Amino acid sequence: MQHALSAKKLNVYYGEKHAVHDVSLDFAEKQVTALIGPSGCGKSTFLRSLNRMNDLIPSCRVTGDIMMKEHNINDRETDVVALRKKIGMVFQRPNPFHKSIYENIAFGPRYHGMKKKADLDNLVEQSLRKAALWDETKDRLHKSAFALSGGQQQRLCIARSVALRPDIILMDEPSSALDPISTSRIEELITELKEEFCIVIVTHNMHQAARISDKTAFFLSGRVVEYDETDKLFLDPSQKETSDYISGRFG
Amino acid sequence: MSARTVDKIATGIIMAVAGFIVLILLGLLGYILIRGVGHISWHFLTSAPESIRAGGGIGPQLFNSVFLLVLTLIITVPLGIGAGIYMSEYAKPNRMTSFIRLVVEVLSSFPSIIVGLFGLLILVNKFGFGFSLFSGALALTIFNLPLMVRITEQGLRGVPLQQKEASFALGISKWKTIRSVLLPIATPVILSGTILAAGRIFGEAAALLFTAGMSSPRLDFTDWNPFDARSPLNPFRPAETLAVHIWKINSEGLAPDATQIAAGASAVLIIMVLVFNLGARALGRYMHNKFTAAK
Ligand SMILES: Nc1ncnc2c1ncn2[C@@H]1O[C@H](COP(=O)(O)OP(=O)(O)O)[C@@H](O)[C@H]1O
Ligand SMILES: [Mg+2]
Repeated sequence: MQHALSAKKLNVYYGEKHAVHDVSLDFAEKQVTALIGPSGCGKSTFLRSLNRMNDLIPSCRVTGDIMMKEHNINDRETDVVALRKKIGMVFQRPNPFHKSIYENIAFGPRYHGMKKKADLDNLVEQSLRKAALWDETKDRLHKSAFALSGGQQQRLCIARSVALRPDIILMDEPSSALDPISTSRIEELITELKEEFCIVIVTHNMHQAARISDKTAFFLSGRVVEYDETDKLFLDPSQKETSDYISGRFG
Repeated sequence: MSARTVDKIATGIIMAVAGFIVLILLGLLGYILIRGVGHISWHFLTSAPESIRAGGGIGPQLFNSVFLLVLTLIITVPLGIGAGIYMSEYAKPNRMTSFIRLVVEVLSSFPSIIVGLFGLLILVNKFGFGFSLFSGALALTIFNLPLMVRITEQGLRGVPLQQKEASFALGISKWKTIRSVLLPIATPVILSGTILAAGRIFGEAAALLFTAGMSSPRLDFTDWNPFDARSPLNPFRPAETLAVHIWKINSEGLAPDATQIAAGASAVLIIMVLVFNLGARALGRYMHNKFTAAK
């Protein structure tokens, strides 16, 4: 099995605060990996270090290696702009740009060199179709993205990442701000996207993790307690903390 | 006394003070407008002033005020927006940055007469720009530039962090993110702030007395070559602005209708400043609605 990404002994600090301890995880291609655990256990922090998003936080320091093929993402020399094109990210709250639906998708690819209108038109359609959003938006592509519902906005954000044809898509609780129907559409979408992409998704909804993921990592206080096939982790966890958490005894 | 009574009394006092201030303001505005509006006519707005005869206008002064404003903004808008972007997006939060911020604050609150005298010493005499629109614009830059920096910084800081993250997550560079994601969102704030600041320099007099000067050469409004001495567009000619003109005719006006001219000119000035203020609000609201309309 080929690994799309592997973190080795990753530590993340916010000033003095040690938020992620010695985490080593491998993420397989064309699989969904879920990160679960109680609030504040470092899931988002870990996820955001995978595409160097934590660079935005001045107090944040990351040590350890994150290997993508032969390349160490954590190297000083890494071109983060090129890196983030390869590793897309979807955030907890839908954050479309203050632009039209079309521009939300075309903005990234155009910046990365796709200039022809026909190519862009084509890509916008493909990406919206992949995000199951084409039928709802094809008549108003040039209207503001803010006219969409929350669930539609989140699918637009997914389409926006997909349009760059990344290798990996990171998602931080992508449906936690949405209603149940929108949530299940996002879940269907993730299941389809995994045919093409490696997906790492943070969720604090254990049922969601069980429904959509192939592997699950259970985080507790900044450490990974258990990492295994999702079925195994939920049905027959090897650690006591894991079984306590999934049976709802804390968190 | 119960807390509620205290609350009521305090509210009453505050309302009374606020009402009193509003009344003073309305009274002042009304007084200036009523005294002056009657004197405003097309002839008054377009013809040149007379020094001893009656019937002079404020045409060149009005033109000078507008032109000086444009010149100043040509200098301060690019510099101010550039510096504002630097301060909000690039400057590290350290002592140097807070020192720059302090200087900016102090500069913008400098007494304008001091800035005028400084301009006379340095710009007019030392650098030899003479009494000119150019000297005036540089003097006004001292007030306006800090405001532009602050306005831009505020506009950019007001953009939600999520927008920046969304752009970075697509592998968009920082500069492109600033240009194409942050600045468009900050534009309504920056634009209305710029207009408000422009209103302030439109009414400025003290800083211009000794920089742009207190006289206006005979202008030839058919000559638009900025290098001709009599062209209105020549930035190196002296230029009395409307506010300076009001001050001058009030203190040394010889024309028999000097009082009416001062009153008319004051009304015009007040109206222009009001237009700037209301325009800034309207534009800001319009653009804000346009961006968030679809919500
Ligand atoms: N920007 C930050 N600065 C300082 N501490 C932070 C920051 N972001 C998160 N933390 C802390 O790091 C820990 C992990 O947070 P987070 O990764 O957001 O957890 P999770 O996503 O699992 O809820 C928490 O204790 C949180 O308070
Ligand atoms: Mg989180």
